[in-house]
Amino acid sequence: MSAPATDISIKLARQEGWNRPPVIEPDGEGELLEVAMGPHHPSTHGVFRMDVALDGERVIRLKPVFGYLHRNHEKIAEGTSYLASMPYTDRLDYFCSLTNNWAYALAVEKLVAQTVPERAEYMRVILAELTRIQNHASSIGFLLQEMGASGTPLMYAFREREKILDLFEGLTGSRMMCNYMRFGGCRVDASPAWLDATRKVVAGIPEFVDEFEQFLRTNEILMARTQGMGILRPELAVNAGVTGPMLRASGVNYDIRKVDHYGIYDRFKFRVPLGDHWDIYDRYMVRMLEIRESIGILEQALKEIPGGPVMDPRAKIRGFRPKPGEAYGRIEAPKGELGFYLISDGSPNPYRYRVRPPSLINLTVLEDMCLGHNVADVVLIFGSVDIVLGEVDR
Amino acid sequence: MLGEGILKGLTETARNFAGSFVSAERLTTVQYPEQRIPTAENARVFPFLVYDGTDWEAGMRCVACQICEKECPPKCIYIEKSKDKKPDFVGKMQIYPAKFDIDVSVCMSCQICVEVCPFEAIKMDTEFELSTTDRFGGLLYDRKQLSRSNEYYHKIHPTEAAEVDARLAEEKAKAEAKVKAAAEAAAAKAAAGLSVSAKSTAVSAASPAAPVANPAEAAPAPKPDGGGE
Repeated sequence: MSAPATDISIKLARQEGWNRPPVIEPDGEGELLEVAMGPHHPSTHGVFRMDVALDGERVIRLKPVFGYLHRNHEKIAEGTSYLASMPYTDRLDYFCSLTNNWAYALAVEKLVAQTVPERAEYMRVILAELTRIQNHASSIGFLLQEMGASGTPLMYAFREREKILDLFEGLTGSRMMCNYMRFGGCRVDASPAWLDATRKVVAGIPEFVDEFEQFLRTNEILMARTQGMGILRPELAVNAGVTGPMLRASGVNYDIRKVDHYGIYDRFKFRVPLGDHWDIYDRYMVRMLEIRESIGILEQALKEIPGGPVMDPRAKIRGFRPKPGEAYGRIEAPKGELGFYLISDGSPNPYRYRVRPPSLINLTVLEDMCLGHNVADVVLIFGSVDIVLGEVDR
Repeated sequence: MLGEGILKGLTETARNFAGSFVSAERLTTVQYPEQRIPTAENARVFPFLVYDGTDWEAGMRCVACQICEKECPPKCIYIEKSKDKKPDFVGKMQIYPAKFDIDVSVCMSCQICVEVCPFEAIKMDTEFELSTTDRFGGLLYDRKQLSRSNEYYHKIHPTEAAEVDARLAEEKAKAEAKVKAAAEAAAAKAAAGLSVSAKSTAVSAASPAAPVANPAEAAPAPKPDGGGE
């Protein structure tokens, strides 16, 4: 029978090897049951497989299997022009197309030493923070969906997300595949009416967050199922390259907005929420608090946004050929550090194009978090990682 | 008290349920085919080709420069150039697309064709109810199916279309001024005793829309910088 999650007898095979997954030994009664969770399991957010070995309900081994959604993104990008890769980046993490656009634009701007007008920088911050809010809201919704709260919290999150997607559609023309940022600015300018609509939506978000917290934070079922579950130790998180809310929930103060000072994040006052129990509940709370910090950034940005062009007039749209060189641009995407590494050989196509996907790298510690827990909690731990398979497999 | 948190959550659900009867804020769905939410002004679905005037074939702005074909990320555009020429909106003789196909089953609505087009000839439609029973022929649009009038463009994207029209009018005025200047220069030259070449007379005869003689040589329309080549 399965033991309660709090007193699992985890036997560390090597005490010195703290960054290796603990070896869980079966209790010796009966055989291990091997289960392939996925690739069509409803909890896997897409096509992802976990090969789980179970002793009763307890997870003894877990092997993540990626690649069902592989679509050759990097190789395609090496065969097309720099601009033509931009709409493909929308389809990496399709929840956050605008932050993907920004990371790619940042890498190319570094490659060609392109400056970005002031107003475009503000637009980027506004859109990235709106993206962060809607991503965190829906990822919390999905987490609760996996806990068995079928539909209700997710639909409340999606109701809020819908308002933000309407803003995206009003500005960029598309709800999810925005394809908005360009090398040296943004594609179209925001009208004053759009900015007013954004202010209105932003003013409504705190109420939603309060409601959501009222709805869930003290919920006994949520606490029983998330507290002390799926612990990710900070040493392991750092060693595995985990970034984003996952890392911060493990208590490591690392936010690329603060570390890299990219864009104009220096000008805004915001705090970085950190977890101190390193469990699923902390990841949930860190995301909740990040939504609140994002609202603060949005309020400041919407107040200060200057006039002027959104596109550097010297930027080239057609005939874009960077000089030979290489660049790595990274941003704090809602899921973690999203980076694009580009090598140019002077031709219209990149010689090498590489994406550093936060979802994939955050997923590599899945086994360490899941071992010894019940199989029902694997679904929950997986949900707390917050991945999008489009980005994992690319 | 155990269960307090759950009760609190349930109050929230009840508040939303009751609220959906009285507040539009909480009732977020519409009964789709009967009720519709108006699309955003710059919403984009699939591209279409703009033509001026009433005849789609004569008024087509596209000059088959094939920049969009080259820049299209999923390569869903197929263009064949014409053998002959027709006058464009300023009266300059231009080749036109003998074939212009877009496979909308491949198109990903990214709008890059619109951005790179130097002739304002391709724009994004907002029509989204495009289902068909024929997945091959029904989703391959030829140039006739893709043609929409400038009035239609004004109807779906009023702000953007007004900007485009202003830009084109400016271009046309510039071209006409140039033609006029060239004609005056030619007249001065003719007065000085030089004969106008037979070739340019032939060209002007072939273009009835041309406002003055010798437009083809005198009014170079904006050329694409042909970057990606």
